[in-house]
Amino acid sequence: MAMLEVTSLGISFGGLRAVDELSMKIEKGGLVGLIGPNGAGKTTVFNMLTGVYRPTDGGIRLDGQNLIGKKPHEICKLGVARTFQNIRLFSGLTVLDNVKTGLHNEISYTLAESLLHLGSYRKKERQMDEKAMELLRVFDLENVAGYQAANLPYGKQRKLEIARALATDPKLLLLDEPAAGMNPNETGELMETIELVRQRFGVTVLLIEHDMKLVSGICEYLYVLNFGRLLAEGTPGEVLSNPEVVTAYLGE
Amino acid sequence: MSFLSHLISGISLGSIYAIIALGYTMVYGIAKMLNFAHGDVIMVGGYMCFCATVYLGWPSIAGVALAVVVCTLLGVVIERLAYKPLRQAPALAVLITAIGVSYFLQNAALLIWGSSTKSFTSVVGGSPISLFDGQLTIAPVTIVTVVICVVIMVALTLFTNKSKAGTAMRAVSEDKGAAQLMGINVNTTISLTFAIGSGLAAIAGVLLCSAYPTLMPTTGSMPGIKAFTAAVFGGIGSIPGAFVGGILLGIIEIFAGAYISTQLSNAIVFAVLIIVLLVKPDGLLGKHISEKV
Amino acid sequence: MQKLKKYAASKAGRDTLISFGIVIIAFAVMQVLRSFGMVSSLLESLLVPICAYVVMAVSLNLTVGILGELSLGHAGFMSVGAFSGIVAATCLNDLVPFAPLRLALAIVVGGICAAIAGVIIGVPVLRLKGDYLAIVTLAFGEIIKNIVNVLYIGLDSAGLHFGLLQQGFTLEEGGEMIINGPMGVSGVSRISTFTSGFVLVLITLFLVLNLINSRSGRAIMAVRDNKIAADSIGISTTSYKLMAFVISAAFAGMAGTLYGLNYTTVTATKFDFNTSILILVFVVLGGLGNIWGSIIAAALLTVLPEVLREVGDFRMLIYAILLIVMMLFNNSSLKARILEKRGMKQMEKAERSGKEGA
Repeated sequence: MAMLEVTSLGISFGGLRAVDELSMKIEKGGLVGLIGPNGAGKTTVFNMLTGVYRPTDGGIRLDGQNLIGKKPHEICKLGVARTFQNIRLFSGLTVLDNVKTGLHNEISYTLAESLLHLGSYRKKERQMDEKAMELLRVFDLENVAGYQAANLPYGKQRKLEIARALATDPKLLLLDEPAAGMNPNETGELMETIELVRQRFGVTVLLIEHDMKLVSGICEYLYVLNFGRLLAEGTPGEVLSNPEVVTAYLGE
Repeated sequence: MSFLSHLISGISLGSIYAIIALGYTMVYGIAKMLNFAHGDVIMVGGYMCFCATVYLGWPSIAGVALAVVVCTLLGVVIERLAYKPLRQAPALAVLITAIGVSYFLQNAALLIWGSSTKSFTSVVGGSPISLFDGQLTIAPVTIVTVVICVVIMVALTLFTNKSKAGTAMRAVSEDKGAAQLMGINVNTTISLTFAIGSGLAAIAGVLLCSAYPTLMPTTGSMPGIKAFTAAVFGGIGSIPGAFVGGILLGIIEIFAGAYISTQLSNAIVFAVLIIVLLVKPDGLLGKHISEKV
Repeated sequence: MQKLKKYAASKAGRDTLISFGIVIIAFAVMQVLRSFGMVSSLLESLLVPICAYVVMAVSLNLTVGILGELSLGHAGFMSVGAFSGIVAATCLNDLVPFAPLRLALAIVVGGICAAIAGVIIGVPVLRLKGDYLAIVTLAFGEIIKNIVNVLYIGLDSAGLHFGLLQQGFTLEEGGEMIINGPMGVSGVSRISTFTSGFVLVLITLFLVLNLINSRSGRAIMAVRDNKIAADSIGISTTSYKLMAFVISAAFAGMAGTLYGLNYTTVTATKFDFNTSILILVFVVLGGLGNIWGSIIAAALLTVLPEVLREVGDFRMLIYAILLIVMMLFNNSSLKARILEKRGMKQMEKAERSGKEGA
């Protein structure tokens, strides 16, 4: 059984059919790309997978468990984490605290312990610090752990967002245009990091991307979305040689 | 018959709220700020008219004109001195400044006119109209208030939708930066909005004091808050919303006072507001803007 | 010592040390001055209110600064705390003759009642956003004021009696009216003291600062900074919003009890919109999210109007002008430029450290 199973997923906003009849299957440990021109409905798919939008029809199952109708924070607890196209960090918190916030459900103690700093407070906070620093090290952010997140340069903000998502210990990681706004150098670095993360954390990755190079370089399987519908699917080689895909991307 | 009489007083009070709320809503639409000093401009309007008619012996209409002129200038000056420097500042800073301006106006009035209440003579003369063999009497000021309110509402709607300055106003309220790029003078447009809002507040002040003839430095506070509530009730930023919200609020307040309890009438007004916002979080006629993810 | 140094170096540790330092030093100085009889009767009368306002400001900062939601009805919770605390203190009069203990119990009751009010108000209100949320808190503040204004509570041997709008009950002989509608409460024994106020401030600081530097506090600030992102990492945004709001209400209630039991007569109109605004001014001037800022702002701004009595009628006018000038200065382009520079520096440093790391 596939880890993530999406069956005939669809959503309408008013009269507009943003996504229609979308079916996907992602195996455990896979690295899969979701590509398509602007406005194809890629981010909308992510929003449905994470419970931000409720689909009008279709089904989403993670390891056989139904995700439809669940709230975003519940879906996260079931093992889906994401990043956002327009970076959404906790800008008032430090870099370290951003990741520690990601550990919210992983390492937990009660409100009473929060208020009194008694019981397991110290031990758990230390665990959080260690785990968060470990994640920051993976993304080469340990030097800026004490900085306010808003003051990080753009590329580091993108990385921090991935680190924070990984802190929730997801089974499935959704990355929404992780390389947007990065220069070729940074993009290359990021590809390596994503690959590393997949191996090290054993996480399944679904990523939205415009950058064809990134997509064909690391993804094992691609889904192409156009006008909310699935245009093609297959290995990068198959998909990129598909004439329909080329037309959709380059226009008539 | 008492029902009809309450309804009429409700509409009359609601018309005053609506005029204040129209000013509130315009300023909110363009400056995105809760202008808590708006209520105190009402009070200044009341005092101006009072001074002109009582101290200087001017005719009522000249008193109203003076109130409008002074308040319009006051509105523009307040915006220039207190709010303009804060355009990039957080919303809360502007809110607190508005509260500072409100304190300032109240205490300046206290110093100038003292804390004793002045009894205001209605600017609308004439004897009450008696209907149904005297079972229902309507004060002329009631009729004048409602008529003025409707006229203002229609004029403002036409102004914002048809005139060049009105279009500029709508553009600035959507996006200041883009409006500026289109060659709109943002500062002038904001000043104009404050001028109109404050001029309306002056009219509302005179009408309020004519209907409820006690004038003191805090006269504007509660009506200001109520009108603000009315603007939110109708959907803040919307001109028809402010009108509908104001009228409904006036009617609810009078009915609650008459049929339930005078002491709880304010509580009931606010409770209705809460219920409306829970059902329609953007007010009765407000636009819904959802955040893009 | 080493440990303390390290603690002081972290921002959270510094804030905690400053907050407690200010309060303890201020208390010690006041006590010394009082023992030498150097405190004017005016200032003496302000000591308990200052403590109450400090707690109010810190608790409102939790809602406005830490949770990031504007509340314009905080005085409503103070009112609930004041009146429920007074009722509790009156009921316990014979049972607990030791005044400080009676005060402590009353404060707990006041806090619990305000927390309950916080839940009742928070559940519907926190679904709204921004200015709409603000106006609804304002509305609730006014509703509480109106309801307390028509509330009658009496005590006799049969227990407590309640009436709304009119007394509606008769008390046995020897019974006592505690809350008498618009006349409020009168003839309460004043059991709040500066020391008790000081202790309440310390407890509040301890709990609030602990909360901010904990898992729950981070979750609350995450909701403030980006609700959608907070949701996406598994934080139940509604529960954390409610948690912050209710805790804030509870402290406001405790402050209310302290305040109420400092006077022989208290009426509902004392806790109106203007009081809510007053507290908000403390919070904004002290700095959003800055706890020791709230403490200083609350203390100074409570004393300021009284000191300005010297200038007579002009005092509130001067207060208003000071308020406007402070806000304008605080947000002037000069200050913005300084802050921007600081942020830029950090950004550059981050950029550089990244290059070194690579």
